[in-house]
Amino acid sequence: MDIINLEGTEDTPKVLLDKANETFEVSGRSLPEDAAEFYQPIIEWLDAYSENPNPSTPFMFKLEYFNTASSKLILDILSKLEDIEGTSIVWYFHEDDEDMEEAGEEFSELVEIPFEFKTY
Amino acid sequence: MNTFIHKSEESIALGMKYIYDLHRTMLSQSLILVYEGEFTQEITKSVLAMAERNMDSFGEKGAVKRKVFNIMVECLQNISKHADSYRKEIYGKNNAIFMIGKSDDVYIVTSGNPVFKDSIDDISRRIDSINVLDAKGLKQLYKDTIKRPGGLTEKGGAGLGLIDMARKSGHKLKYDFETINDELAFFSLKTTIART
Repeated sequence: MDIINLEGTEDTPKVLLDKANETFEVSGRSLPEDAAEFYQPIIEWLDAYSENPNPSTPFMFKLEYFNTASSKLILDILSKLEDIEGTSIVWYFHEDDEDMEEAGEEFSELVEIPFEFKTY
Repeated sequence: MNTFIHKSEESIALGMKYIYDLHRTMLSQSLILVYEGEFTQEITKSVLAMAERNMDSFGEKGAVKRKVFNIMVECLQNISKHADSYRKEIYGKNNAIFMIGKSDDVYIVTSGNPVFKDSIDDISRRIDSINVLDAKGLKQLYKDTIKRPGGLTEKGGAGLGLIDMARKSGHKLKYDFETINDELAFFSLKTTIART
């Protein structure tokens, strides 16, 4: 399966989706003007991955900032992952970033996937 | 002294006093950044970078910095998505003003942009309905809105920007409309963030 490997920029996150190496990561800043366009390939990748997923899919979010348009797309990603057996979310937040911790808690309340919270 | 007065009169004659006036206004309003002009994603990024450097330069607390940054992002992207123009051929697209003020206790993020008058009721209702909610109510509204099916609007918005600004701010959103002409009004929005 293809790997998605996007370097982070000042307004888009680093994205690494690599089935063979069992790495699933979105990290950094997500403030694109057109969030739907940015996340479209990621949603499509997950659609393809869901056809034949790994036994477990630990998906890591390590975001510093995200805009509200991105939050809608993050929920779309989580909704895709919800349908994949063996998915779990690792939600990182900076140790003094209560807002990011709360954002993770809210997402965890919106989907039926186990969340693990970690600080950095 | 004579020289000074002479220069002062000359500057009035040259129509340059506005520079000093603007400088004084910025100082008296404790404005650390003002941008007036077209709003695009590139400009949004530049304004964010400047504000971030400014806050870093005096070691602002991470938690406060992140809230200000988040509110700025939503505010700036609201403008680039929704600002209407006086006359596009003259003023360019999305012509608006954006300001950040800083006092000992608070940051104030302010924006002002033209909107069509027929959207005044809509905008007012949206902000009023946010302002009546407490933190718990805002959290619920955020969750209800993000769950709403149908994806982003045609302008790429999630309908969450103002709710998020209110949540991060912890204060009421203040707003005002000034008439520009028959068609347009100037929409001002002010968000306060405590520095504690």
